[in-house]
Amino acid sequence: MQTSKAAERVRGMLRIRRFEEQCIRLSKEGRFPGHYHVYIGQEATAVAACAALSADDFVFSTWRNHGHLLARGAAPERMLAEILGRAGGYAGGRSGTLHLAVRELGVPTTSALVGGSLPLATGAALACKRRGKGVTLAFFGDAALEEGAFYEALVVAAVWKVPILFVCENNSIPPAERKRGQYTSSTLPAVRLGDVPQSLQIPTATVDGADADALADCFDGLVGEVRQSGTPRFVEVRSSRWPGSKPLWPELPGGEWQVAWTFDQRPEHAEMAAWLERSDPLLLYLHKLMAAGLLSRQQVEAIDAQVRAEMAAAVRFALESPLPAAAEAYRHVWAQGETGR
Amino acid sequence: MRISFAEGIAKAIHESLAADPRVVMIGSGIMGLNMAARAMLDPTLQQFSDRIFPTPISELALAGAATGAASCGLRPIVDLSTGSFIFQAFPQVVNEAANIHYMTGGQTTAPVTFYSLAGMRGAGAAQHSHRTQAMLGQVPGLQVLVPGGADDAYQLLRWALLESPNPTVFLSHPLLFDEAAEITPNAPMLPVGQARIRREGRDVSIIASSITVPRSLAAADVLQRAHGISAEVVDLRSIVPLGRETVLRSVAKTGRAVVADECYRSFGVAAEIAATLAEEGFASLKAPVCRVAVPDVPMPFSPPLEAELTVTVEKIVAGVLRTFDR
Repeated sequence: MQTSKAAERVRGMLRIRRFEEQCIRLSKEGRFPGHYHVYIGQEATAVAACAALSADDFVFSTWRNHGHLLARGAAPERMLAEILGRAGGYAGGRSGTLHLAVRELGVPTTSALVGGSLPLATGAALACKRRGKGVTLAFFGDAALEEGAFYEALVVAAVWKVPILFVCENNSIPPAERKRGQYTSSTLPAVRLGDVPQSLQIPTATVDGADADALADCFDGLVGEVRQSGTPRFVEVRSSRWPGSKPLWPELPGGEWQVAWTFDQRPEHAEMAAWLERSDPLLLYLHKLMAAGLLSRQQVEAIDAQVRAEMAAAVRFALESPLPAAAEAYRHVWAQGETGR
Repeated sequence: MRISFAEGIAKAIHESLAADPRVVMIGSGIMGLNMAARAMLDPTLQQFSDRIFPTPISELALAGAATGAASCGLRPIVDLSTGSFIFQAFPQVVNEAANIHYMTGGQTTAPVTFYSLAGMRGAGAAQHSHRTQAMLGQVPGLQVLVPGGADDAYQLLRWALLESPNPTVFLSHPLLFDEAAEITPNAPMLPVGQARIRREGRDVSIIASSITVPRSLAAADVLQRAHGISAEVVDLRSIVPLGRETVLRSVAKTGRAVVADECYRSFGVAAEIAATLAEEGFASLKAPVCRVAVPDVPMPFSPPLEAELTVTVEKIVAGVLRTFDR
């Protein structure tokens, strides 16, 4: 592992975390209406998954899409402008946080319905197969397995043999259980989530969502398999819910994440302190890099300063972006003319 | 050349597959095609077998996959079989396909065609007889095509597959497959969103779509012969976009309007036409608008019960006579 690659992973995770902190702050300040979902605690998954992809690939996400979009290369200022309902957002304020999508980055549309993107992603994989290049990666949560759309999409993907990686982000695993394959929930009788795809002959894997290195290996391997075989794979990423996601509207227990928490300090919030210690993919990765001598505290602080500056600029852009004119409500109901060949 | 409605569908599919490599077919059953149309389609299915995909009975995922493929550069047609089955696929048709262009602020288009064999086909009973055009008309972003003749079956389907940049529901009708029309290859199509005057008349406008088009034409014959009434028949062709201008022009000429519609009476296509006439054509009306539509009850199986609810030639004639106080 080289320092530069490690530093890029840290930067990728930190960008998502700092972005989400700004969302929480802006929401608390009443800068945007409606509900929203943050990706804190799952950053390593998006970073590893998107690092394994190439520009030709398609990515499908959910209502919890900020991390996926950032890792795919979306501009934080245009994302924030969209979340704030501003004219400068990717959809001119039509989508808000729920449907953030960037066509030119291979994120054609984002469904905010549980399991809703899985049939769409299967079709994107069909498009990959037809044109003979690219694969599709679909992120979704464990709740999608409670929807018929999940099962139907898997059936169709398996029958058609299309290049798709189904990425189930199971974010409610107790820390001690992350490396086991078992999952019990009162609303999903399956014990191992992979049993469902396996019954349809789709190979499956599980990986610890707090282990950045394991995630990188896992996604490099699986994306490579999908690319080579042209057939579906399923992976369950097991991560532990960040305490700030427990209330209906996210909160920052212990305040903004501090680089110092990686070293000598601890947040005053006991649950947050415990989560950091056992489940924060960013902090655990930094500990590992420090121990291996691959990254110094000064380097981490320098990355953090850059990321903070980037997100501060994104907030400024978003707040300065005007609200859309009322007449914009009528635009883009219909596409005009022929689509590009 | 003279072709049937069924042959029009087969011809449109063949020409579209041949003309554009982005056209793919998800499901190739196209239920209800007669032998002649099947014979026309079979060589196509063999010729383009690499672009035809088998369909497990997974309407939701098939509709969604077609939509997703459309948003990634293909132009799929997906066979959703019997019209009522579109409800199995509704989340993807209504909540994904229709919203994609708008939700992305115009970044992404989804030119997908949902083929759906809707309508009262005889003995379909409650779960195989739905007419979905009015419900689908309530979904901005979704084009709803309702051909009432072989010419439009061919031209509208071909347009949806090769030209339309938007998601489309193509509502075929099981009782229209043998209807025949003369078509001129390569003739320009009446633009989508313009209604077609199927028969010119002076005294009353009968506004029809899908299966009520041939029934209204038959009613116009009866009216001429038995009652000396000259009826104009307006074929809407599409519910979204809706050819309001042609309807208003026709009623401005005749002064009377009867809407023959196979949807349920309440909140149906006829209701929308009647509302349009009330808002924009009221001054032309010599008599109240008459809706000839299906009473609001689930579809029964037994033939006399179904017949009681069907929009027949006789009911259309009676509706027209009511506007003359006869």
